[in-house]
Amino acid sequence: MDPFERYSRQIQLSEIGNTGQQKLAKAKVLIVGVGGLGCSVAQHLVASGIGIIGLLDHDLIDVSNLNRQILFTESDVGKEKVVVAKEALIIMNDQVQIHTYHEQLSFEKALVLFPEYDIIIDGTDNFQTKYLINDVCVLTNKPWVYASIYKYQGQLSVFNYENGPTYRCLYPKINNKNISCEEIGVLGVLPALLGTMQASETIKIILQIGKVLSGKLFILDLLTWQEQQITFSRSESQILVAKSREKVEYKNNGSFKACSEVYLDIRERVDTTIDHDKKVLHIPMAQLDKRHVEIPRNIPVHVYCQSGTRSRKAIEQLSEKYGFQNLVNVNGGIQSLSL
Amino acid sequence: MEIKVKYFGFVAEETGKTEEIIALQHGISEIKEFIAFIFNKYGLKDEGTIQVAVNQVIQNEGTIQYGDEVAFLPPYAGG
Repeated sequence: MDPFERYSRQIQLSEIGNTGQQKLAKAKVLIVGVGGLGCSVAQHLVASGIGIIGLLDHDLIDVSNLNRQILFTESDVGKEKVVVAKEALIIMNDQVQIHTYHEQLSFEKALVLFPEYDIIIDGTDNFQTKYLINDVCVLTNKPWVYASIYKYQGQLSVFNYENGPTYRCLYPKINNKNISCEEIGVLGVLPALLGTMQASETIKIILQIGKVLSGKLFILDLLTWQEQQITFSRSESQILVAKSREKVEYKNNGSFKACSEVYLDIRERVDTTIDHDKKVLHIPMAQLDKRHVEIPRNIPVHVYCQSGTRSRKAIEQLSEKYGFQNLVNVNGGIQSLSL
Repeated sequence: MEIKVKYFGFVAEETGKTEEIIALQHGISEIKEFIAFIFNKYGLKDEGTIQVAVNQVIQNEGTIQYGDEVAFLPPYAGG
């Protein structure tokens, strides 16, 4: 197919032209999460002739995805999202290169993957991954195009664009209660709209045209047509928090990567130590609020103190405040471990 | 003294409305006090994740004045 003809309607636009189309063809964009937002943004980027698109998602297609994840059909249920999305997108436009990653985004993976792309697009459905994308974008100096949805409402913004504000500058404190579409429902067309807007911002960033939605949060309510454009500014202290993730992750994953479980000692003073084969993290009870990010979430963590009472309290605190679900109390305290 | 208030996301469900006009109580002149007043009025529970915009600008400090528009903006997670 003649590329000039294929993209002629956008090449006609004076802001785009042949030069702009070449920029699109050279662009590399990574879409994290191929759900409602991801399907929509991928379709439009593929149709407009982006050079390389990466698709990352660890999920399989569920029948309940079909009301909004429009790259998938009934016969795809049970298959890997990234594989089916790639097949559908190649049929739309075989000139676009599509790379797939069937896995969950980890800090290490993001650090390797993000530098290979120009722009990161957020199609995720949980706060933890949004903060992870944010922090690695700061560390690797990439802009990211954010959208999130709630029932009939959507939020849109572009973070870390030309030294602009980041997600942490807008929402400094992580909300550990993820309210997903599964739990509360979502209007099918909502992610399609927001994903299309993400594609539009991505194209504007690549072409360097118009006004990019940096330092602004756009909010739309499809039920009431209420809309807002909220201004927020860059917070250097939040940028530092994003940058310090490297240290925190190193502490977390560097030393605990190969472990199947970890022990957390919450005593103020460590006088007795336990079996040397066990991996122990020491965070005194009083410092838990400040240092909870150091505690791994993906493997069982056995929490202990002298007798087992304070560790029980610590678990209650950590679970309630920060949503930990992997903490186990060592009922007998240190004595029951050290033998 | 009247303030226009807008509620988004789960906050709108907690308050049972997406917007309202509130007649400012005597003694409230700071944004912080106004936020506390609304939290108290609707029994909102949050650990600092809801952001507040006054006249479309995120801010938690400063004074509040007649005709201001205050929006309560929780983060959304869905995708």
